[in-house]
Amino acid sequence: MATDKTNLQLIANGILNENPIFRLVLSMCPAVGISTTVMNGFMLGIAVLFVQVFSSCTISLFKNKIHPRIRIPTYTLTIATWVTVIDMVLAAYLPEAYAKMGIFIKLIVAFAIITMRLEMFACKETVNASFFDGIGMGLGFMFGMMSLGFVRELLGQGTILGYDILGFKPLLFFVLPFAGFFCVGLMMAFFNYIELAYKRGKRA
Amino acid sequence: MRGISLFLTVIFCLTQPLVAAAGGRIAGQHFGQANEIVVSFASPEASDAVSNPANYRVVEEQDPDIRLEVKAVRLSEDHTTATLTFASPLNQRLPHLVSLNASTAASSESVRVSKSYLGYLFSILISALLINNFVFTKYLGLCVFFGTSKRKDTAKGMGVTFTMVMVVSAIMSWFFYQYILKPFQLNFLQIVIFIGLVSLTVQAVDTVLRKVNPALFNAFGVYLVLVIANCVIIAVPLILADNEYNFLESLMLALGAGGGFLLALYLMSSVRERMELAKIPPTFKGVPIAFIVAGQFALAFLGFSGLTLF
Repeated sequence: MATDKTNLQLIANGILNENPIFRLVLSMCPAVGISTTVMNGFMLGIAVLFVQVFSSCTISLFKNKIHPRIRIPTYTLTIATWVTVIDMVLAAYLPEAYAKMGIFIKLIVAFAIITMRLEMFACKETVNASFFDGIGMGLGFMFGMMSLGFVRELLGQGTILGYDILGFKPLLFFVLPFAGFFCVGLMMAFFNYIELAYKRGKRA
Repeated sequence: MRGISLFLTVIFCLTQPLVAAAGGRIAGQHFGQANEIVVSFASPEASDAVSNPANYRVVEEQDPDIRLEVKAVRLSEDHTTATLTFASPLNQRLPHLVSLNASTAASSESVRVSKSYLGYLFSILISALLINNFVFTKYLGLCVFFGTSKRKDTAKGMGVTFTMVMVVSAIMSWFFYQYILKPFQLNFLQIVIFIGLVSLTVQAVDTVLRKVNPALFNAFGVYLVLVIANCVIIAVPLILADNEYNFLESLMLALGAGGGFLLALYLMSSVRERMELAKIPPTFKGVPIAFIVAGQFALAFLGFSGLTLF
């Protein structure tokens, strides 16, 4: 059974139609917890992209050898292995960013989005399709995290990637940790609004 | 209500620091504010003997050579208690030694100031439950939190299953960490081992519950699968490995984390049940409004942040 989508469509699907954060509402913990700056979102996005692509490919390669009854533990252990790899790489080469993200890098192992993609996609499709689906999902996650980080950093600190853009701090509120909940809620409502307006325009 | 307050009183009495039987002038001693130690005397003392900071020698029990600087001594009006104020905050988790040297060297005596261990354990539990609530201040387990908080029954079932699995898996991971990972220097395998143990626990609870109590299994079985894909359950072993907690401390952390999750789910589900009757703008329907509500809860839980009990 193979998907009839092209590689590009697979990537676009992950970023737009099935965006992990705004459309599937999965992996919310980092979206609320550490989306205070664009840089944080980018770093965690890279880590998730890596884990998603490699575990998708691994499961896709071995899909005929995995007994269906133990598939969930197999997925979990595969993900855990790749998370250990990225955890050690980041700790060794980017210790500052690693310290900022704290426990969240290790927690990638429990991100629902990765397990779900393995269950829904990688265990049925070819390695090639799984690879591009993994890239799409990883980029979609990164896009979600970075857009949240963009809003929170710009409104909270008046900066983007550490560069001063506005010259003043509009709303300190957005820097505070709990503002993550409000920010995600408001952005989801914003995307819903666009969708509703689009549908209304189509009907008229 | 009265039952709860009675329970709290009993706990409070139990956790009071045991008054050391100091035979001499000092009758009792305990920590005050972050940089204070309060010493009480058996009988009123002359103010010149006990109100001079130079007469006290205070050290941490493990570093007896480093003398902590006493900035000021405040004597109560009846001359029976003295409050020592220090230049910097004390690490109140460690026991301290206080010696009082009067002008004559002969009448020197020393007492030990420490927090009661039971109180410390209780503070870990309360901290995981309220101050560092895993959902509202650490932002963990949100997928399951938003997924299963629509109905009160579901929320209760999920919370109880969760606490159960968390306690069992925390105990197992503690044993693995202390007796296998640490002695053989396999720390890099933490993630793989812990997530494997969690999956194993979930399978075990599933099997045992199915045989032993089918009624309970019918009620809670569906939630068991959801437990694996949750960050809280893997965060607890990682945190207790990071902090080098001992067995009882780990147990308290797991109980607190599970109880905190149950509390958060229950609070959220009661609000969401009411919200179904409310008029909500179409753009906010469903998940977005749930996030706004969770944000307000997080704001409220911020109020616990200054709480110190023992």
